[in-house]
Amino acid sequence: MKYTEEHEWLRPEDDLIVVGITEHATTQLGDIVFVELPEVGATVTKDDEIVVIESVKAASDILAPLDGEIVEVNTALADNPSLANEDAIGDGWFFKIKPSDPSQMDEYMDEAAYNAMIA
Amino acid sequence: MSDLHQTPLHALHLSLGAKMVPFAGYDMPVQYPMGVLQEHQHTRTKAGLFDVSHMGQVRVTGADYTSAAAALERLIPVDILDLAENRQRYGFFTNAAGGIRDDLMLANRGDHAFIVVNAACKADDIAYMQAELTDVSVTEITDRALLALQGPAAEAVLSTLDPRAADMRFMDVATLTLAGAECWVSRSGYTGEDGYEISVPADEAVALAEALLAHDDVAPIGLGARDSLRLEAGLCLYGHDIDAGTNPAEAALGWAIQKVRRAGGARAGGFVGAEVILPALSEGVARKRVGLLPQGRAPMREGVPLFASEDAATPVGTITSGGFGPTVGAPVAMGYLPTDLSATGTTVWGELRGKRLPLTVAAMPFTPANFKR
Repeated sequence: MKYTEEHEWLRPEDDLIVVGITEHATTQLGDIVFVELPEVGATVTKDDEIVVIESVKAASDILAPLDGEIVEVNTALADNPSLANEDAIGDGWFFKIKPSDPSQMDEYMDEAAYNAMIA
Repeated sequence: MSDLHQTPLHALHLSLGAKMVPFAGYDMPVQYPMGVLQEHQHTRTKAGLFDVSHMGQVRVTGADYTSAAAALERLIPVDILDLAENRQRYGFFTNAAGGIRDDLMLANRGDHAFIVVNAACKADDIAYMQAELTDVSVTEITDRALLALQGPAAEAVLSTLDPRAADMRFMDVATLTLAGAECWVSRSGYTGEDGYEISVPADEAVALAEALLAHDDVAPIGLGARDSLRLEAGLCLYGHDIDAGTNPAEAALGWAIQKVRRAGGARAGGFVGAEVILPALSEGVARKRVGLLPQGRAPMREGVPLFASEDAATPVGTITSGGFGPTVGAPVAMGYLPTDLSATGTTVWGELRGKRLPLTVAAMPFTPANFKR
């Protein structure tokens, strides 16, 4: 599992990367009431704004952490945005991406480094 | 942060785990560990306790209530003279252009008028009354906190402290003894729920708050849920849904201006801006405040421009308050539209992140009011 400075987590699953946001992020955002996910099949470039999250407080963007193709999105999250609060690193995942350059993963933090960043 | 004011409940908020934010010059709780959604639902289903001590409490005293009321009617276009003793009503200060300086609650307390005004406006309001109403005495009450207990369980809870609470009707005012403190209580609030607003001596406020919070049905509620509750109830937030440039007729607040103050009434006009407001009430206005239900799930917030069609070039209105309505279970909003687009059921388009999304003009409140009339 890797982490971005934008509070995304990235979990390898076969040749895909599952992406969500951390519990720290969902706690900061407060109750999440709306999630707009990218289209399956979309080709995205690292740092594209591809997800919109609305909490009771404000809207935030989630950036594509990697270049690649969106192969699956969590439709359950669109119907029930509170999953992101209830199970941020499990059922609250956002999308699965097939990276075109898996080495982009190397620049991200491991858990210890992320925990140090938010401490 | 150091220049922020604190209410008498500040330390209690911290001990309850509140997240504090600056609001109108005060360090106020925006939410507690329960979170905004659950705080909202708790207030709709049980009872929520709000600290609204940042709001201004003002006493206006003349030779008697009538003289105080007559003076206030020069600044406020509502029927204050005929307000019965120990009754309260909603009103606002108007300006010469026919706009709204601030909105308020006003009570007849027998020998004086008691007014509650918005925190952000209170210094201006008090200076304005003192400058304009030289025939009465205008005093800010700074030694009392203000609490609101809101929700269907509010009556049962407050009655355990003073059974006379149950005898009050919506907009009644009474002096009750609550947890040993002499409190000025009104049966009112700003959530769309039954409930009470309680002015309590500052040094007894924590004890009263703790006595109320000791009930299983009562939870502390922050400003976040206060905003979503009042939005679902269709109630205006000053500085957002109404301001110095809003005519009360445009704001759909004509109901607050009783017949006696309108054209043809026994005390027609005689208030600041009457020459603009009274014709607007009788002849109609070009734009109106309306309720709006986004047709999708995306909340549309303050500032979202509104268009008559999906491809219209120029906006015809703006959202002034919006967000997710936890009781409605969907986004809700209010804003201003041209009168010819203001009928319930009309579809308009809001531009969000570069996309035009449809909204339906809807009646307010979005959730049924639950007052004890």
